[in-house]
Amino acid sequence: MKNAVEKFMNGLFFICGIVTIIAVLTISIYMIISGLPAIKEIGVWEFITGQVWKSTAADPQFGILPFILTSVYGTLGAVLIGVPVGLMTAVFLSKLSGPKLSAAVNTAVELLAGIPSVVYGLIGMIILVPTIMKTFGLKNGTGLLAAIIVLSIMILPSIISVSRMALNSVPPEYEEASYALGATKIETIFKVSIPAAKSGIAAGIVLGIGRAIGEAMAVMMVAGNVANMPSLFKSVTFLTTAISKEMSYAAGLQRQALYSIALILFFFIMLINIILNVILKRRAGR
Amino acid sequence: MKKAISFITIAVIIFASLAGCGSSANAGTSTESATPPDPSALSGSISTNGSTSMEKVIASLIEAFTAENPGVTITYDATGSGSGITAASEGSADIGLSSRALKDSETGLDATVIALDGIAVIVNNANAVNDLTIEQIAGLFTGEIISWSEVGGADIPVALIGREAGSGTRDGFESIIGVADACIYDQELTSTGAVITAVTSNEYAIGYASLSAVSDKTKTLTVNGVMCTEDTVLNGTYAIQRPFIMVTNSGKEPSDAVKAFMEYALSSAATEIIANAGAVQAR
Repeated sequence: MKNAVEKFMNGLFFICGIVTIIAVLTISIYMIISGLPAIKEIGVWEFITGQVWKSTAADPQFGILPFILTSVYGTLGAVLIGVPVGLMTAVFLSKLSGPKLSAAVNTAVELLAGIPSVVYGLIGMIILVPTIMKTFGLKNGTGLLAAIIVLSIMILPSIISVSRMALNSVPPEYEEASYALGATKIETIFKVSIPAAKSGIAAGIVLGIGRAIGEAMAVMMVAGNVANMPSLFKSVTFLTTAISKEMSYAAGLQRQALYSIALILFFFIMLINIILNVILKRRAGR
Repeated sequence: MKKAISFITIAVIIFASLAGCGSSANAGTSTESATPPDPSALSGSISTNGSTSMEKVIASLIEAFTAENPGVTITYDATGSGSGITAASEGSADIGLSSRALKDSETGLDATVIALDGIAVIVNNANAVNDLTIEQIAGLFTGEIISWSEVGGADIPVALIGREAGSGTRDGFESIIGVADACIYDQELTSTGAVITAVTSNEYAIGYASLSAVSDKTKTLTVNGVMCTEDTVLNGTYAIQRPFIMVTNSGKEPSDAVKAFMEYALSSAATEIIANAGAVQAR
């Protein structure tokens, strides 16, 4: 009887594990099958390096370089702002603050993680965009800058919580040894704790990049969605928003091209994961 | 490796949501009804094909009509006005849907105007401009006019707010103004509501929206001196409008179901349905 339960539970766990693999495979295969025809028809090079996207014009053009560059710049910008702030917050929570303050900040971080992206977008649209417009004296506030600011706030929770866990799990002996050698608290944090937690911190950053590059709703509400080449103060379209803004009306080649954009985005995320894994492994091997 | 798996999972979540968007968009183009509870009631099937701009109007009409006549099945293929007219003349569709008047070369067809689509030009309430000509609107949207002072307003820049590629309102506006594919937008938004919100919060903005959606949150401009109202759209004096037409083959007697559906579209029961879908019923 006991043996039967064991076997049943083993099987159940196995099936649950398989579900994930099936989902990944199904999506990957579907993406490739539905994404390739348009790329074939347009031509890989023209598709990826074309600077003009006019999907519904009489003479349609499908160049997604503006979307690719916007996604790359937008994510980099968000990381540039989000990582220092997030990492410092994690250090503060893990090493410097008292328990009461730490609990308060922690609650705020958790709340931030729970806010739906449409709310970020709404607040960005109503407060951030007009503020940018007034501050820089522009005729229109939507654009890459607004998107970067919104994204950098959105990726904070994943960076903070994962980095904090990594910092907390640094063995106290390391830090005590550093103090014993006469290092100050700040020296210890920067030279001992952060290097010791670097793989966890990197994981947090990747999570953040994943969220930033995949975000569509909040970005769509603040970026302006014109297929311009990226510029801080001009309306831009990300890979994600290029798909979601046209999907509802798209037909024929335009629709297939949207699947191709999704395929490119898919490869992007895979590429980021692989690169970061390689870096992490190389560092761990040293 | 563990990390690789976790990030694949993230990718999967992102793409699962994208895939969801795709399939739901696929499903929205045809409507089918249940089997008829009453055999004496109207029955049959109607195929419609044509204008994507008419999608909202036709989908609402189909929904309401099949609710009253469960024996009728109506399908709608969103292809485009030209394809819809061709389908009607070749007989591959019972009703062709066109959001433009028939050309002289398109003969052998009966056109029934079911609704008129008036597109209002809106600016921020703080804007001093009240009237624009079609030429001025074209100049603004193609970027030739870059300051409101050139059309009688304050010396401030112009921010162009439009709809996304493929939108029926954008297609209608650009083709009537004569600026198809030539507009240099500052923002491309995905709904009428978003355009109105953007124009409300930006004093430099000009945008366009369906007549039924505009309110006092924005200022609706007169075009060539004519205000966009139901009356001016109906009597044809307001310029930025286009007809929504049901096209049938004049050489073929339409079925009872087709006749009933077209009568329904022109009946008073459909007035509000068409208005909710953003157009003015033709009377």
